[in-house]
Amino acid sequence: MSAPLTSLDRPNSYIGRSVPRPNAKRLLAGRGRYVSDLRLPRMLHAAFLRSPHAHAKIISIDVAQARALEGVHLVAIGADLAKICTPWTGTLDHFKGMTSAPQLPLPLDRVVWAGQAVVAVVAESRAIAEDALELIEIDYEDLPVVADIDSAREAGGPLINPGSGNNVCFRSQLDNGSVDDAFAHAAHVVEEEFCFGRHTAVTLEPRAIVAEYDPAAGALTVHHATQTPYQFQDLYSRHYGIPEARVRVIATDIGGSFGMKLHVYHEDMAVVGLSILLGRPVKYVADRMESFVSDIHARDHRVRARMALDAEGEILAMDVLDLTAIGAFSTYPRTSVVEGNQVIRLMGAPYRFKNYRATLEVIFQNKVQTSQYRAVGHPIACAVTERLVDMAAVKLGLDPLAIRAQNLIADDAYPQTSPTGYRFEALSHQACLKRLHEIMDYDALRAEQAELRKSGVYHGIGIAAFVEITNPSPAFYGVGGARISSQDGAILSLTPSGEVRCLISVTEQGQGTEAIISQIVADQLGLAQEHVKVITGDTEVTPHGGATWACRGAGIGGETALQAARALRRNILEIAALILQEQPSALDIIDGEVVDAGTRNQRMPISEIARIAYFRSDTLPPGTQAQLTVSHHFAPQGYPFAFTNGIQGCSLEVDVETGFIKMLKHFIVEDCGRVINPMLVDEQLRGGIVQGLGAALFEECRYSETGQLVNGSLADYLVPMPMEMPDIVIAHVETPTADTELGAKGCGEAGTAAASACVLNAVNDALTPFNATINSIPITPAKVLKALKRF
Amino acid sequence: MKARAFSYFRAATIDQALDARARAGDDARFIAGGQSLVPALSLRLQAPRLLIDITHISELRGVRREGGYLRIGALTRHCEMLSEPLIAEFAPLLHAAAPFVAHPAIRNRGTFGGSVAHADPASEFPAMTLALGAEIEIIGPSGGRRVKADDFFVDLFETALQPGELITAVFVPLFKADQRFAFDELARRRGDYALVGCGMLATSTGERIDDIRISFFSVGNTPTRVKGTEATLIGSSLGAERIAAAQAALEGDLAPPDSDEVPPAMRLHLARVLLGRMLGRLGERA
Ligand SMILES: Cc1cc2nc3c(=O)[nH]c(=O)nc-3n(C[C@H](O)[C@H](O)[C@H](O)COP(=O)(O)OP(=O)(O)OC[C@H]3O[C@@H](n4cnc5c(N)ncnc54)[C@H](O)[C@@H]3O)c2cc1C
Repeated sequence: MSAPLTSLDRPNSYIGRSVPRPNAKRLLAGRGRYVSDLRLPRMLHAAFLRSPHAHAKIISIDVAQARALEGVHLVAIGADLAKICTPWTGTLDHFKGMTSAPQLPLPLDRVVWAGQAVVAVVAESRAIAEDALELIEIDYEDLPVVADIDSAREAGGPLINPGSGNNVCFRSQLDNGSVDDAFAHAAHVVEEEFCFGRHTAVTLEPRAIVAEYDPAAGALTVHHATQTPYQFQDLYSRHYGIPEARVRVIATDIGGSFGMKLHVYHEDMAVVGLSILLGRPVKYVADRMESFVSDIHARDHRVRARMALDAEGEILAMDVLDLTAIGAFSTYPRTSVVEGNQVIRLMGAPYRFKNYRATLEVIFQNKVQTSQYRAVGHPIACAVTERLVDMAAVKLGLDPLAIRAQNLIADDAYPQTSPTGYRFEALSHQACLKRLHEIMDYDALRAEQAELRKSGVYHGIGIAAFVEITNPSPAFYGVGGARISSQDGAILSLTPSGEVRCLISVTEQGQGTEAIISQIVADQLGLAQEHVKVITGDTEVTPHGGATWACRGAGIGGETALQAARALRRNILEIAALILQEQPSALDIIDGEVVDAGTRNQRMPISEIARIAYFRSDTLPPGTQAQLTVSHHFAPQGYPFAFTNGIQGCSLEVDVETGFIKMLKHFIVEDCGRVINPMLVDEQLRGGIVQGLGAALFEECRYSETGQLVNGSLADYLVPMPMEMPDIVIAHVETPTADTELGAKGCGEAGTAAASACVLNAVNDALTPFNATINSIPITPAKVLKALKRF
Repeated sequence: MKARAFSYFRAATIDQALDARARAGDDARFIAGGQSLVPALSLRLQAPRLLIDITHISELRGVRREGGYLRIGALTRHCEMLSEPLIAEFAPLLHAAAPFVAHPAIRNRGTFGGSVAHADPASEFPAMTLALGAEIEIIGPSGGRRVKADDFFVDLFETALQPGELITAVFVPLFKADQRFAFDELARRRGDYALVGCGMLATSTGERIDDIRISFFSVGNTPTRVKGTEATLIGSSLGAERIAAAQAALEGDLAPPDSDEVPPAMRLHLARVLLGRMLGRLGERA
């Protein structure tokens, strides 16, 4: 199925090649420049006093002592910032009927989660600002706290937003008919309730921002650790009334984002306002403790689902209810309902069946906001679907791989529309399944499992097929009224010495965007990769575009770069043809040299073309104007999303006395279309899988009944660490999308999408001899021991 | 978060340290490796006016034999527990516990004395001093003394140390040919504080256990010796039945605290499983 775009043995053939990322050495040498490294002249530091209550009225705030402390420049409360910042509301038009309360940088009279910033202090240093926080007195009056799904849905229970009739943010239904009928006539029905804990991103670099308002120029510059500088340029401009052209957002080196760094955070908005009030640069870096109570969380779903099958094991229908509890409001500007929406639309996505019904209810509660985090909705839809498939397999006495082979959509059946309404261009489930069987040495694993059971060692094998949403079109946000671009732009210039500068709107957070863009440009132009410099993340310099969200850097940004490089190549060859008195079509560029297309004989270095065009244009034929800078924008067309697919497998051991789980090995076969840099794709898959394993085994934001986060530190919130992670075996199938020349789709979320589902299935597989089941993640020792009735 | 401002004094001798502490009163803290104290400062859980750095006091360094004991200086770092041959030979239980204490970066700085003084009930070394029958050497404004580990750990983060006193060394009885030891813990991730952990030191004649000291950590407010459990084992060999009796006796020795993630019954269960496995291994080595 592999369809090479260029042959790899041609010089400068970088597409498909594992080349190291150009910025790796700089970052490893400690030469990165992160926002927290920034020290601007006259810069001050902000710190925030946070609410200890999950829900309370603010009776009074006394800041007199804090203001008087030496070194303190400003103490601001909600009303101070409300004067200069307009409120925002986290709803989108295409989510019909959704509601959310307007928000301000700091609250006026009510706090709605424990950890919400209430007062801002700006001082000479962060330490002084924190000293001042200790001098502030706030009088609160407790309000009833809504701390879980059940109390939020209780009739007559406490309300989070006074004036609303209930705590519902959004309801949605999908029904393509005949579901009741299908279940009534099914030979087999499996049904279960699943719980998915809250977790959060835990980036190496926390959120960081330096806002610098220059009152003389009326201009705002924000150095911001964000994935989406253009989105924030627009937001800062609109909410603070500064013309867009005078707002510059710079996002250079960023230490991970995973979707966490593209939402509006109250502190970030406040810092911009504080800088405007002071006319000085203001810096704020969230510390780890603050991050836990203010970064977005994700998941927090309870799903009841059932699946109907015929006597042979053919899946007939699914029926799903997803209840998901978000924060006290919906996140701006991307909302908090996208995850639930994707959960109900990705259910059953790899399988061929007809009848589907789903209800989604998104509920407010007094916790920090939730929103999009790596693999939005995928792990939930995948775990529910794949667990039901395994339950069905047990019921029917089928092997987990056999029931999947029977039901996965055939590779020659495309285009296909899923029962939930997604349109698939071309997927490769069956090929991936076959490959997984081989790389796992599945039959040997099963034999070993049976053998070990005899001696009281319990291995489990888990399989999970998945579909990933990538290359989103405006159908994702644009149609809902959000000013979030789904297109990208690139500007390419040939420099006077014959190198190429590429300014592009996709951004780099450590995933290697700049590496693949330079590969594509060098490949298409016929240059050594080191002669391409890629510049990202500065709204003043790079063209407007979507930047980094969902999975789009390679698929959309890559195509933009490819088209721009082809345009520049045409222009270079046009000038070369004039100088060499040839037809442009008779020429090519290889390794920075213009050559005869047929013989590959060198004719002239492109540095010479640049020299002539820039310094001796008088020697060109009259009327020639060399265009050695080109710009190109590309917006996805055709399918609204480029879906990808794959399948994961794992083997693990459950210690049935301690409840501890040891990951033994993890496997993935993935199809992201054209692979631009195999090494980077593999690293994306590995990283994604590790995040999925974190969710499966370790990560959970645990709350008390009063809405307090009880494990908000890295000592108590467990992230996956190398010692516990298994080796990960990777294989690829390549089905390029025909919607672009490049053919690339995304791969950043594939690992996370199915890793937790795999573990869930494997643990249940291991527990089969005990008649014990687990249907909630994370799967902690306590849950395993409970299921085994060991205490 | 940033620590509140404090002054810093580097002491060159024990006298200087005690003197500075006496003058500053309760607003001063000794700092050794800083691996417990610095996080507490950064979180503003503690905000002393003065830190007295004891890491340059040479009298607190060094590991040597003294009579029937190994004298381990208070400033001995966790990583030295792994590299120091005298410890491997004469206090192998500490050597075995050390890899489980945090991560290399922390082991490079954290000190034995600091760990014992801090007395975190989830820490490995304080519990091992109990299993070893060690003695803590202390010096203070009113002179020096040695306190048995059994009498040292009083309550949560509370020890026999009086305000202004310094641990100078820990004395560990030399490991003998008729002794066996075991160490293990159950931690979610390598390097984490354990859900439950245990160290034991047995003296035996052939298969018969003449004496055994078993100490648990992460099971309550202090490191905990389980004397009732020990009693079930003394005088017999480590057969399956004896081990089961010891496991059953644990309930009388331990009263694990309530915790949202590990309920008391679960912790007791884990302690039993761990004890059973360790005694099994100890028995195999007879
Ligand atoms: C991320 C992390 C993980 C960790 N994991 C573990 C673990 O798994 N197991 C574990 O056991 N520990 C762990 N620790 C703690 C570590 O072992 C500490 O180093 C140790 O507990 C304290 O030793 P210190 O020398 O760093 O003491 P400091 O932090 O310098 O001091 C701690 C306290 O002891 C007092 N003190 C220090 N030395 C003396 C002395 N000689 N006499 C009197 N008082 C003294 C200080 O005044 C202070 O109150 C961890 C620490 C970190 C940061």
